[in-house]
Amino acid sequence: MSSWLDYTINGLIVGNVYALVAVGLALIFGVSRLINFAQGSIYLVGAYIGWVAVVQLHTPLPLTIIVVALAAALVGLIIERFGLRPLQNSVRIAPLLATIGISFVLDQLVMLTFSPNPRALPSQLPDVRFQIGGGTIGPLDLLIAGVGLTSALLLFAFLRYSKLGWAVRATAQDRDAAMQMGVDVNRVNQAVFGIAAALGGVSGLLVGMYYNQIDTAMSLQATLKGVVAEVVGGAGNVPGAVIGSLLLGLVESYGVAVFGTSYRNLFAFLLLVVVLVLRPNGLFASARQAPPEPLTGTFIAPSRPVRIPRWALLVVLGVFAILPLLPVSLYVLQTLINAWLLGMLALSLTLVAGTIGQVSLGHAALLAIGAYTSALLSLNFSVPVGLAIIGGGLTSAALGTALISPSFRLRGHYVSIATLAIGEIVSLVILNWEGVTRGPIGVSGIPPLSLFGYELISPTSIYWFSFAVMVVLALLQARLLGSHLGRSFRAIRDDDVAARAYGLSLNRYKSLAFIFGGFAAGISGGIAAHLYSYINHETFNTQQSILALTVVILGGLGNVVGAVVGSVALVGLPEVFRIAAEYRILIYGIVLLLLVRFRPQGLLGTI
Amino acid sequence: MTTNAFSSAPLLTLSGVNTFYGQAQVHFDLSINVARSHIVCLLGGNASGKSTTMKIILGLVKPRSGDVSFDGASLLGLTTPQIIRRGIASVPEARRLFADMSVRENILMGAFVRNDRDAVAQDLERMLALFPKLGQRLSQRAGSLSGGEQQMVAMARALMSRPRMIVMDEPTMGLSPLYVDRVLELIRTINQEGVSVFMVEQNASLALEIAHEAYVLQTGKIVLSGSARALKDDPRVRDAYLGGAEAA
Repeated sequence: MSSWLDYTINGLIVGNVYALVAVGLALIFGVSRLINFAQGSIYLVGAYIGWVAVVQLHTPLPLTIIVVALAAALVGLIIERFGLRPLQNSVRIAPLLATIGISFVLDQLVMLTFSPNPRALPSQLPDVRFQIGGGTIGPLDLLIAGVGLTSALLLFAFLRYSKLGWAVRATAQDRDAAMQMGVDVNRVNQAVFGIAAALGGVSGLLVGMYYNQIDTAMSLQATLKGVVAEVVGGAGNVPGAVIGSLLLGLVESYGVAVFGTSYRNLFAFLLLVVVLVLRPNGLFASARQAPPEPLTGTFIAPSRPVRIPRWALLVVLGVFAILPLLPVSLYVLQTLINAWLLGMLALSLTLVAGTIGQVSLGHAALLAIGAYTSALLSLNFSVPVGLAIIGGGLTSAALGTALISPSFRLRGHYVSIATLAIGEIVSLVILNWEGVTRGPIGVSGIPPLSLFGYELISPTSIYWFSFAVMVVLALLQARLLGSHLGRSFRAIRDDDVAARAYGLSLNRYKSLAFIFGGFAAGISGGIAAHLYSYINHETFNTQQSILALTVVILGGLGNVVGAVVGSVALVGLPEVFRIAAEYRILIYGIVLLLLVRFRPQGLLGTI
Repeated sequence: MTTNAFSSAPLLTLSGVNTFYGQAQVHFDLSINVARSHIVCLLGGNASGKSTTMKIILGLVKPRSGDVSFDGASLLGLTTPQIIRRGIASVPEARRLFADMSVRENILMGAFVRNDRDAVAQDLERMLALFPKLGQRLSQRAGSLSGGEQQMVAMARALMSRPRMIVMDEPTMGLSPLYVDRVLELIRTINQEGVSVFMVEQNASLALEIAHEAYVLQTGKIVLSGSARALKDDPRVRDAYLGGAEAA
């Protein structure tokens, strides 16, 4: 049993590593009010460049660090120049989505280059431990602390004494005024992305050495931890990010000490949600600090939706309805079943993100809740599958709304962060609540779909069932959008202050949107559980949340028909072109990037 | 001062400027001259296009047609830092100091485009002579100053680039009457040192007190112009001014 001192040292060291990521996020947020979701990917790239340097080129440690910092900085500069600068004058959501797309592309490129299998990253330092007080400390711990301190000092000196550093600070405080003084904001962005990437890359290297292992799943975890630390310290606050990181490291370390390793991330995300709800400006924001600017109105690209004549919709619906009677292969039907399931999720997300403007990044959690509820109801209580799925939908609606409700007062980026965290929390609770969810083993032997006692085994019947459910949900949603309620939703999205001034209760309408959306997503998850017959805590992951978001943007935010068209396109086209599975996520990332750049209103337009 | 300081050609000329924000037209065929060493004032109510005029001069907004020239050379196609180096500085609307930076850092930000460190240090001393009150405040957060003191910092900041012309966006907005007089006095002092001033104002009576010439802008069009003295007695100024206030 390690001593408390050991846990404290461990917490501070891990916190130091988080700080390298979080400081970069804070710099970028300060200058461009953007949460860079690609920060973790740069960290991943740093770790793998480090691996190449150490294992293949046998560079000595100081050189390894320099190589990683420079290479990662280069990646950061490229992201800024080609990924974000073209989006300077587009809607607020565009750069956020672009960084998500970039992170998918980078992660997949690393995975395709190095394979998803973990690799060992040797630390290049002697493996000795020094005794201090009741604990021990090793050379690597000292190296990490040293790199952290040195970076902090260099950064402080840069911001305080260099001209470019002054420009960074001035831009962060008042972008327009800085421009009027002759500050070149593009150079400031470049500097900030370069520094953030260098720090992030070195952080990836150090973490790889610390755990002696690197793999491609590190990326999302790093982004999440960095965001937690940054938000805890106050978005855009550089010293706050350092303190937030150390705090996060300690909370995690003590949490692990008391409850065990699988709780590490749960503590991180609970800390995030608590801070977001109680002190959304961070622990250290003083009262005078204005709250982060309201990201309403222009957050979603306004456009005129494409009008589709009613008869054309009916014809297309008719063709898909009789499709199983036509000579089509099973493969086509199975592909379309996937598209209908994704379509239900997309309907849910397009309502929440598009119509009422709460861009959720954790929508897969609603699938998971629906799936587990339906699976466990039918397995443990022998509830008929049809009813169990409805139970899944209702539970997802209720639980999903309850979980998100404390975050209703957040806006813009913060909603995205909160939903992302809640999504992770749901997945971690499923992992750890073994008594109910069977923990890491997952739930197997889930009974197949059945309706009124008839089992739906043939692909044809499953096709009709999922298609019918999706169409009913889509019709309900279209009806909802045309009603007074739909108008209220859009009013809240476009200007929540004005909506409130007209007497709309934000909480009530946001709840209604999440209840409806949660139900649709829960139904989709429920059906999926009975189709797959086995689910675990990773079946419904962040990748699916982002895929759903890409679908929704492809179709046009808020657009019901668009959500379905987007699902068919994103599920179907890779099949048509026979794109190998490992390239698909890469394609989705590229699609997201191209959409954001060239058609932010999507194929059919936002509504 | 420059070699042609006594030339009679205007220092700044906007000719036939049309500006758009997306579909909406902000300026209609706008033409303005600022003579050397004069104070010229642009009057107008809210949404008349005053602040956009200032952004056009600084190169932060590009007009769709027309020309902006300074000292005989067009400014179109130049970046803001280049325009500042040509000799134009600005005092933005509501002062817009860098609230978490110190007063000293704020003033020095005005010299951002300059690279002559020693001369910059001398100019800082000059500013402290011109604005003695700022001397004791140098290491304070700029955000902690009063509105009037902030206006002093904003003006010192603008002067740090050694401008030949300063454009000011509503320099008296939100100041106490005492400070309004002090600011107007300072504008006059700066002007007497040879710096031209182009100021955008809503408060016509105050602005006309110190200006040499003035223009009245209404929904993007110049509706009146002439010497400040003539305009002060012109009943239409009152009407135009009230018209602008009504639109607000």
